Amino acid sequence: MSEQPVIEVQGLKKHFPTGQKGKVVHAVNGIDFAIRPGETLGMVGESGSGKSTVGRTILRLTNPTAGKITFCGQDISSLSMDRCRPLRSDMQMVFQDPWSALNPRMKIGSLISEPLLLHDKMVRSERQDRTEALAKRVQLSTEFLNRYPSDLSGGQLQRVCIARAIATNPKLIVLDEPTSSLDLSVRAGILELLAELKEETRVAMLFISHDLGTVKLISDQIVVLYLGQIVERAPAGSVFEAPAHPYTQSLMSAHLPADPHFVVRRQILEGEVPSPIDLPTGCSFHTRCPVAIEACSRQEPPLDQLGDNGHLAACLRIKDGGNKIA
Amino acid sequence: MSLLEVNELETHFVSRDLDNNIRTARALNGVTFAVDSGEFLGIVGETGAGKSLTAQSAVGLLRPPARVVGGSVRFAGTELLNLSDDELNGLRGHEIAMVVQNPRTSLDPLTRVGDQLIRIRQAHVKSSNSEARKRALEMMDAVGIPDPERRAMAWPHELSGGMAQRVLIAMALMNEPRLLIADEPTTGLDVTVQAQILDLLRDLVKRMNMAAIIITHDLGVVAHYCDRMAVMFAGSMVEVGPVKAVFDRPAHPYTKNLIAATPERLKLGETSILGAPPPDLYNLPDGCHHRDRCQYAEDICLTDPKIEDVAPGHAARCHLAARLLETAK
Repeated sequence: MSEQPVIEVQGLKKHFPTGQKGKVVHAVNGIDFAIRPGETLGMVGESGSGKSTVGRTILRLTNPTAGKITFCGQDISSLSMDRCRPLRSDMQMVFQDPWSALNPRMKIGSLISEPLLLHDKMVRSERQDRTEALAKRVQLSTEFLNRYPSDLSGGQLQRVCIARAIATNPKLIVLDEPTSSLDLSVRAGILELLAELKEETRVAMLFISHDLGTVKLISDQIVVLYLGQIVERAPAGSVFEAPAHPYTQSLMSAHLPADPHFVVRRQILEGEVPSPIDLPTGCSFHTRCPVAIEACSRQEPPLDQLGDNGHLAACLRIKDGGNKIA
Repeated sequence: MSLLEVNELETHFVSRDLDNNIRTARALNGVTFAVDSGEFLGIVGETGAGKSLTAQSAVGLLRPPARVVGGSVRFAGTELLNLSDDELNGLRGHEIAMVVQNPRTSLDPLTRVGDQLIRIRQAHVKSSNSEARKRALEMMDAVGIPDPERRAMAWPHELSGGMAQRVLIAMALMNEPRLLIADEPTTGLDVTVQAQILDLLRDLVKRMNMAAIIITHDLGVVAHYCDRMAVMFAGSMVEVGPVKAVFDRPAHPYTKNLIAATPERLKLGETSILGAPPPDLYNLPDGCHHRDRCQYAEDICLTDPKIEDVAPGHAARCHLAARLLETAK
């Protein structure tokens, strides 16, 4: 039997009020996934697809509207905030913008040791040793411990954020676009660090990004979101080699690998993403789907198994083989 | 002669430090490139390399403390650096158009988008309201805005990011420019929208035989849309050449490292040459600015390298370029 997942999500929904009576923003609409120890799940989708909301909800930074979140075997979906607090040391988050994620008036050393102070009862000298070890682990010179965030570059600050996240030896880290604001050469270093940490500590990671190249590099599994629903879930390689859902196919074709010899066959979608306030009936993608049939506007497609490697996709046209777009 | 020829352009920021001593940031120090009609040139580089500053310096959009201190910018044979503001205003928005990164902040929030298009036409070309309006609707149609009649009446805040960027492109094309400069035109847009916008830009450039410069940090964009590319590092153009040649046979060590850092080529656990901070522009070292983070640096690198051809149309600013290419074969 495979290991117990660190986090398991079933039927997760999150709706936000709009201020208008009876109208809500359907940010997340029934999502299932699980991440096992040492596994990285890449989550991709366009802006507004609900990626970040999923990340925040599974950490209980916002309350789910419906669904079950199981963290290390414990149902946390309806725990009070007070009861969540002891779990926080096992679940951590790294944000997109390290400049605004760190208190500008705290020294780097205090920033890295802050989680230790909150969660672990350590004597001062022990904490100091651990802080230095953490700085070294993220390849940050210990000279920086006495400096302020404004003295560091973006890549160095993101290393500080990662050091804070791993300080308490968490079981799960949610990374919300951790490399999007960084330059290419700096990004490469951060990705390398994350891959090493994953190997060493077997921490489970949810890696949220819109950059398909980065996600492909770091993830074991990838889920593709569209309007708060999973349209496809598969091992990283299969998503790129054999995308099954028409939306995934179009998303992959819009991806530009940094290689002039790679021939891109673009399949650009018409129109724009529908409003998450008034979701389309049936398959939420049918309004833009080039291969939609009449049934797609009535029937919600289930997330079906495609092969034996765990490749799943939610499209009615897969059965009749009409899911390939141009 | 190319439409735009930039030669060893230099821009400095002069300010005073806390002790009131004058200090100079050599933000651009040797930018050389050319772009022809019908050609799509990509300028790439990391944050602070001087990509946007190159465009702003070339078309006279600098504000103090930034100042062009050397070099030349020739547009269709005219030296732009010698022109007065009035003369430049006649060119900008007319023969030279620019599309910038934040479409929403570049539109006037209190004017309907159609009126903004009409304004730019009438500012440069004598035309009646109905003529200008007709052209505005044509341009909105050309950039793929559905139902232009209705969208012309829209306020900027009513547009999505992709639509606002299309309006800016329509605005740039109103007066049939000969040179289009797009500064990070798709950064912040979703990949599917990015592809739509770039497809559109490339079609228009080829159809109208414009010269286009696209400034980006995304090597994927350059690889798929540009004919030629120019790589910037610490304020200088370190390599210029045809896209395929630069990707296949990078002549400058910086270009080589940059290409190796793309997710497509990155092998986790193998590389460790990356991530050194770029040199301080207030205190640039003598000789090659890349020296301190270059894996090939030699004694000769203590002297300034010139940008020199390594193949027809492919030039690099590196003493060792020819030798590196030879050994890479």
